[in-house]
Amino acid sequence: MTQELLLQLSTAILLLPLLSFLLLIFFGKRLPRQGDAIATSILGVALLTSLVILIAKLSLFHDELLDYTFTWVDFKNVAGIGPLKLDLGIMIDNVTAIMLVVVTMISFVVHLFSTAYMSGDVRYSRYFAYLGFFSFSMLGIVITNNFFLMYVFWELVGISSYLLIGHWYEKKSAADAGKKAFIVNRIGDVGMFIGINILWANFHTLTFDGVFSAMASGHIPFDSNPWLTAAGILIFCGAIGKSAQFPLHVWLPDAMEGPTPVSALIHAATMVAAGVYLVARVFPMMTADALVFIAYIGAITAFISATIAIAQNDIKKVLAYSTVSQLGYMVMGLGVGAYAAGFFHLVTHAAFKAGLFLGSGSVIHAMHYALHHQHDHQTDPQDIRNLGGLKNRMPITFWTFVIYTLAISGIPLTSGFLSKDEILAGTLAFGQLTGHTLIPITGFLVAGLTAFYMFRLVILTFMGEHKDATRVEHLHESPKPMTIPLVILACLCFFAFYSFNPIGASSGWFFHAVERPMSVVPNAVAAASVEVFEEALHHSHATAMYLSLTVAGLGILLAFATYYWKKVNAEAIAKAVAPVHSFLVNKWYFDELYQATAVAGTVGLSRVLGWFDNKVIDGAVNGVGSITKLTSFVSGKFDNIVVDGVVNFLAYLAGFFGLMFRKVQTGRVQTYIAFVLLGVMLLFFMYRGV
Amino acid sequence: MPIHVSLIHFLFISAILFSFGVYAVITRRNAIMVLMGIELILNSANINFIAFGRYGGVSLDGQMASIFVIILAACEAAVALAIVLNIYQQFNTVNVDEINALKE
Repeated sequence: MTQELLLQLSTAILLLPLLSFLLLIFFGKRLPRQGDAIATSILGVALLTSLVILIAKLSLFHDELLDYTFTWVDFKNVAGIGPLKLDLGIMIDNVTAIMLVVVTMISFVVHLFSTAYMSGDVRYSRYFAYLGFFSFSMLGIVITNNFFLMYVFWELVGISSYLLIGHWYEKKSAADAGKKAFIVNRIGDVGMFIGINILWANFHTLTFDGVFSAMASGHIPFDSNPWLTAAGILIFCGAIGKSAQFPLHVWLPDAMEGPTPVSALIHAATMVAAGVYLVARVFPMMTADALVFIAYIGAITAFISATIAIAQNDIKKVLAYSTVSQLGYMVMGLGVGAYAAGFFHLVTHAAFKAGLFLGSGSVIHAMHYALHHQHDHQTDPQDIRNLGGLKNRMPITFWTFVIYTLAISGIPLTSGFLSKDEILAGTLAFGQLTGHTLIPITGFLVAGLTAFYMFRLVILTFMGEHKDATRVEHLHESPKPMTIPLVILACLCFFAFYSFNPIGASSGWFFHAVERPMSVVPNAVAAASVEVFEEALHHSHATAMYLSLTVAGLGILLAFATYYWKKVNAEAIAKAVAPVHSFLVNKWYFDELYQATAVAGTVGLSRVLGWFDNKVIDGAVNGVGSITKLTSFVSGKFDNIVVDGVVNFLAYLAGFFGLMFRKVQTGRVQTYIAFVLLGVMLLFFMYRGV
Repeated sequence: MPIHVSLIHFLFISAILFSFGVYAVITRRNAIMVLMGIELILNSANINFIAFGRYGGVSLDGQMASIFVIILAACEAAVALAIVLNIYQQFNTVNVDEINALKE
């Protein structure tokens, strides 16, 4: 297998979902089963091809970077700038190859799951078409080798996410959530756009390689280190939006209005991972200051959303905040310099969080069915207070859900343990090297919180007794297309896929394949070098493992004590700290804050502008209009009376004389003769004297 | 006292005859009568020619002109009567007031 073939195959992977989209959007209704089988098998082919690429890449070209670049636009020599051209292309490194498998894998299982979950939906084929479109955009982000295409696919991901969240747009909350996701993302994208423009203005190239090699040769934006930091942070703004980081995390929980498989695909595994992927891609150009900023944003996000997740009662909302929290983890991991660990957590998290969402989808599906049988339209099927005791009714869903929960809580033998442990060790090393001890503290605190709220979710949903004895009879395990994806994803939660050592990933293929890239920023502003960091990491590894196991164990124990053995009365605690509880239930009042500031400010400004438009501009236009009307009226009257009057008068005069002289024209020759006679006599008398 | 007939008497007669002719042309309704009025006018002109020929002392030019007029009058009467006859056939009348087709 040659490099060319590998690049051609990866282009094929990119275009396959686009083919699925085009087929389904144009012919979806006419295809058998509305095209879901075609879409799913296309993604299956893409998944197999991605696996081939990953294996080939790792075994044949392990340390090489496969790149294909072509010049898209050549501006030739531009006055004052010099030669200017825009290069585009694709590249395959180990990170890309792994991401290709992650995206196609999640997309494939979500397609499969959706064939059962969405059956009977009004826009069934369009739903699958949008899934294909989303996969295409996401693969584009992964595969591209330049900021330009990255930005294009970035926006395509945004629009396909908007379309999928608003799939049930008849529901106002779904339509609003779609808009919110799109607009909030746009705020972050503006920052990214400015960052990209800074790079273009300085380097006249947008390929990653071109930008980084220019920086490595000592050329930095505007010859100033603060500008370099600013460019890094601005590009990171795109990740803040897309990966739902504080302060733009508010869109993701609302995005749960979309169909649950969409939540699994977009809002757990792929789209939100795009931000993390972006940070990993531009990691070499990040200065130490920018990385500290990134680490703090990640830590703040992880902490805020973990606290919110404790107090939520909607099964999907808990998972949504958990996702935001875990994304914060990844960003924090990258920020502290644990590059491979952050990216590793992205991959492992994609599997178990997609599984958690699909599992919740399975529960919601079963509840919908049961409630439908009872003709109950009031009970919310997503509220965990209405659930409970599903363990025996839905064994596959339950056991897979437990595996995912163990993974996300960081219990040994799971993939989550490996990735989380590496990140925590990284934060510890970072704390030692730089003195930012708040970050490791937050990291361990969040690890405990995660274990607590995830087990709270499992216990309230699956254990104990179901609230309604008749309803429980109608609850059944979901059909095969829904349980198979759950099993596949549960398998991927085992450590063996990533490293044969169950307590340390650093010896596995993953950490071998994904190495922290060399920084290209000047030494004065660079973060601790790889060697220094690895050294500190080595020492903190064991500490991190014991500490994280302790906090996770404590969190699980607390969850069981509170919700299973009922030793601790959760409601009494909630009452005792009522202000804190309502603060958490209301999600730290972020929505209210943004409503009062950003939204109200925008609306207020719009009102003022509207008033200006209505009164001043319209007034001016209307004033000119009425002046024109007045002058027209006057000149109209002048025309009607004076000009027409003269014309009419002349016509009347002509008519009058006509009438008068008409009398003379009698038609009798004799009269004329008489006139002639009179005329002759007149002439005679006139010239008599001459 | 013998009445001395001079040029002025002829002219006077001629004028009276002309006036009668014109009067007839203007007032008569019948086309034949109108034609007769025209004859009167022509004859008054003849009297003038002859009178000037006699008293003007100029050879026989006046007499010649009047003979010429008589011939023309005969021709004119023939043509005019033919027209009147045709008009009668067309309109069934010779009343000139009713023959006003040219008016419209």
